[in-house]
Amino acid sequence: MSRIRDTFAELKHSRRGGFIPFITAGDPDLETTELLLVELAAAGADVIELGVPFSDPVADGEVIQRASERALGKGVTLSEALRCVSNAKAHVDIPIVLFSYLNPLLKFGKDRLAEDAKRAGVDAVLITDLTPEEAGPWIRALRGRGIDLIFLVAPTTSDERLTRIAQQAHGFIYAVSRAGVTGVRNEVPRDAEPLVKRVRAVSDLPVAVGFGISTAEQVRQVWRFADAAVIGSAIVSEIEKLADSPRAGKTHRPVRSIIATGATRWVRTRRLARQKQVLYVFVSITSAQNSCERLHWFDVRAENLKSS
Amino acid sequence: MQKSVIKRSEPDEHGHWGEFGGRYVPETLVAPLDELTNEFMRAREDPNFWSELSQLLRDYCGRPTPLFHAERLTAYAGRAQIYLKREDLLHTGAHKINNAIGQALLARRMGKRRVIAETGAGQHGVATATVCALFGLRCVIYMGAEDVRRQALNVFRMRLLGAEVITVNAGTRTLKDAINEALRDWVTNVHDTYYLLGSALGPHPYPLMVRELQSVIGREAREQIVSATGKLPRALIACVGGGSNAIGLFHPFIADGEVRLIGVEAGGSGDSLGQHAARFHDGTASGGGQIGVLQGTMSYVLQDTNGQIATTHSISAGLDYSAIGPEHAFLHDTGRAEYVRASDAEALEGFQLCARLEGIIPALETSHAILPAVHVARELSQEDSIIINLSGRGDKDVQLVADLQPQ
Repeated sequence: MSRIRDTFAELKHSRRGGFIPFITAGDPDLETTELLLVELAAAGADVIELGVPFSDPVADGEVIQRASERALGKGVTLSEALRCVSNAKAHVDIPIVLFSYLNPLLKFGKDRLAEDAKRAGVDAVLITDLTPEEAGPWIRALRGRGIDLIFLVAPTTSDERLTRIAQQAHGFIYAVSRAGVTGVRNEVPRDAEPLVKRVRAVSDLPVAVGFGISTAEQVRQVWRFADAAVIGSAIVSEIEKLADSPRAGKTHRPVRSIIATGATRWVRTRRLARQKQVLYVFVSITSAQNSCERLHWFDVRAENLKSS
Repeated sequence: MQKSVIKRSEPDEHGHWGEFGGRYVPETLVAPLDELTNEFMRAREDPNFWSELSQLLRDYCGRPTPLFHAERLTAYAGRAQIYLKREDLLHTGAHKINNAIGQALLARRMGKRRVIAETGAGQHGVATATVCALFGLRCVIYMGAEDVRRQALNVFRMRLLGAEVITVNAGTRTLKDAINEALRDWVTNVHDTYYLLGSALGPHPYPLMVRELQSVIGREAREQIVSATGKLPRALIACVGGGSNAIGLFHPFIADGEVRLIGVEAGGSGDSLGQHAARFHDGTASGGGQIGVLQGTMSYVLQDTNGQIATTHSISAGLDYSAIGPEHAFLHDTGRAEYVRASDAEALEGFQLCARLEGIIPALETSHAILPAVHVARELSQEDSIIINLSGRGDKDVQLVADLQPQ
């Protein structure tokens, strides 16, 4: 049984919703990414999705496009992303999903990817623009090394196709909440729950919902009908705010720590929200004078939000 | 792949020409692409579709286009007879409308009221805006900021035709980035939007569909050259960006092994990655044209050693693209077609040659094909003929060329 399945089995056993943050490897630099992997795990993420930066991310909205640009600006490569995983795995034990577009992986080579990803401790790979029809050789190469290939399903996916995808899927199924690109949205789209129900009808695999999930309220809604929520742009935009701060350019340790702490606290508060029935709202206040003081946290009683 | 003369070039049911083509897209787009494939396959078998299309091509676009014997260019080259397939005489000034009008008919059949498209030089954008005006469809055109700058006239034309032109500031701000934005729009608005892709690239069924709609060029040219000279030409020459004008001319001649098919890529300003758009140039240590996946299809893609898509350069916006249509990749690897390069400077020379010798100002894209054609003509005899696809007219480029002239 794969690490991913163990994690979801444990979540189910303890009747908790899973929390899957997404970050881009090398955004704003590799050391921060490594730190983030460790911190996010410590903050209680259940699985982490690590994005491989790509020059032409057609499935992504502006926030994650810019994260890719920041990483590529530093010349970050797939090998370096894998080294981040490997270094982080020395400190924390958390399933990691490599999230990539096909071309960088194609260039790297399937077998080499399977080999190096395994060695680094990657548990699964999700390839945004690889449909199940074209995926055969990738499934064989990755599964040969015990790595799951995760498939996406979308509201536009027909039932017939859903059945075929479910037959090929391992690990978990990633349900795209709505037609569109990644990015913060105001509410959980109505398409998400019916889609998860349709997946449940044809598969026993856990289902994670992503694309446009950004607030505690949305996460809570997703947990009502799915096994996990994926949060990408909301976290990446926090990283961006701090990466763009005047002091971040020097990339000294404290600033990197702030970025890591900022993003992970975002995660932690949402987990607390679940456990204590208290919702926290994260507000980052821009203060050009002192980037160290940029993070402020406010807790808001759940009662206050319930009425809204 | 073994180099043997192929007699046909047809994809399998999933749009693969050998290892090339296929469909590499986010899951959300699979259903609309299936829907489009089904509608296209139905239309392809429907005589009403073709009769309406040919009537529009004749009465609205001006087909058939002439095959013109370019006697002064022939004399300049000094050997084989050079013929020009005059796609520049079509309504809107380029071959792009052949495809745009066919796909607009499909959009109408599918009940889609909103049409989006990308454009590089602006020719496809103008063609799309034109057919949308004709059919009363809402039209949104994505265009890279760099192309908006160098093709300002076409931007104005599109707006005159009622289209909304959205400037794309991401990435290299050229055709590739315009396609990315169009794909993002489509993935978000699949329910009511038709993506009218302008070249023989992208996910299945686009490369097949665009080729079918552009093949009218080659079918006409074949009849015309046989009627003019009594035999087939020795070579066909066309510029290749995504490759729609080239595949349109080439395709009806695929089985005629004695006809050389020559595509001309943009050699740009140099050999290094980033200085050209020659996808079949396997490049330098920093990377080059290698098999990869970009924007839904597997083909030759200019990329660095990490699989990041490379920036390209060409004097012509329409050839300034990192990948080439998958059928061209197949024709290249099977050896059925040859691909050469013409630099920015050679394109400018071709531009002026065609203007001064024939009184025809070609588009800068098309201009890339002129000098290679002269070279090919010189290797043949006077009894032979060759055809250049004069894919578009150059009015849009006059200002750009004027700016390059020494004061």
